[in-house]
Amino acid sequence: MSRTGLRLSGVACVRGGRLLFRGIDLAMEAGGSALVKGPNGIGKSSLIRICAGLLRASVGTVERHGKVTLTDERLALDMEQPLRAALDFWARLDGAGPQAVDAAMAAMALASLAQVPVRMLSTGQRKRAALARVIASGAPIWLLDEPGNGLDDVALSLLGDAVAGHLAKGGIVVAASHQPLPLVTPVVMAMQDYLPTEEAA
Amino acid sequence: MRIVLTLATRDLRQAWQSAGLWLPVAFLLLVASLYPFAVGPDAALLRRTGGGMLWIAALLASLLPVDRLVAPDRDSGVLDQIALRGIGEEMVVLARLIAHWLGFGPALMIATLPAAALLKLDAATIGLLETGLLIGTPALAALGLLVATLTAGLRSSGALSGLLALPLAVPLLIFGAGTLGDGSGAALKFLGAASLLLVAITPFAGGAAIRAGRE
Repeated sequence: MSRTGLRLSGVACVRGGRLLFRGIDLAMEAGGSALVKGPNGIGKSSLIRICAGLLRASVGTVERHGKVTLTDERLALDMEQPLRAALDFWARLDGAGPQAVDAAMAAMALASLAQVPVRMLSTGQRKRAALARVIASGAPIWLLDEPGNGLDDVALSLLGDAVAGHLAKGGIVVAASHQPLPLVTPVVMAMQDYLPTEEAA
Repeated sequence: MRIVLTLATRDLRQAWQSAGLWLPVAFLLLVASLYPFAVGPDAALLRRTGGGMLWIAALLASLLPVDRLVAPDRDSGVLDQIALRGIGEEMVVLARLIAHWLGFGPALMIATLPAAALLKLDAATIGLLETGLLIGTPALAALGLLVATLTAGLRSSGALSGLLALPLAVPLLIFGAGTLGDGSGAALKFLGAASLLLVAITPFAGGAAIRAGRE
């Protein structure tokens, strides 16, 4: 098993004929965290999807060592299923056992909602469910796109604890957010620094 | 293999819960009961034309679930989450093809029995029809799924999928309906060949379409 790592060098992204950002270098080792900041539409989500391998970088290279897990604004849980069954489906694909789902649901304070259909959950509960899937996956590289959206203070501190625990175990966290997140000593990347030159101030 | 099974089980359950499994069956029965009203109750005429008409009904019924096959999972991020787990899009489409056929093929074949009775088809024709459908429904399922992957990101994909699928379905219709009046079995072999071809290319073409739709 190779060591965990995520390395971006000279990454640029073109979406819809427009150059969103360029020249992004990022080298993450085990235990490292990065916080991607910037206003709406600047390319935070695109950068996260490039890290995940769902988008190709227009220029530059992306290397991933270790499995990747992602949460974004789309829930990807079956609405009619009870929460527990919906999470179990992904755990089966991840090769994670039921204990992993138990622990993840406990970490996000979802244990009491296990039998509630996903469509009945509130915005914050859905976000916590998506984060529970990230925790249960057991993947070393966490990519979190706006993980704090819709979470109350209690849930935010749960998220902070989960992230801290993951980093302590040698994981990697890359989070994109326009609001402050409870990350300890992250590498802060302000997306404004990577705009194409003619648009930079 | 275990992954394909997990995915197919989930797809089948989703189809069942969205009540999409009854739609093609209800459509086929409805067409079969309307047809005698349109052409009159002449038993000989119904017997002569009913088999081909049921093939058209089966083909159109296979297009009904197309807008629910891929687009909802694409929009809700399920396809992306599967891709993140290192599972190829070809596997996703293969699992979906299995689930889609299981939910659609046997139900359509069973619905053909009362439909055939409505059209006064004789036992030999029913036998040929069911054999043809057994060979042809995997191709109909594959065609519907292929079109669903191609149109998943588009608006008003329903009308477009009809336009895309129907020309491709012409060989199936010719050989499928051809089996009814053909004693040599050649039409059945051509139907099998067309069916194999569609089933074989759908996972690859559909997988490529899902990947291309991500850009």
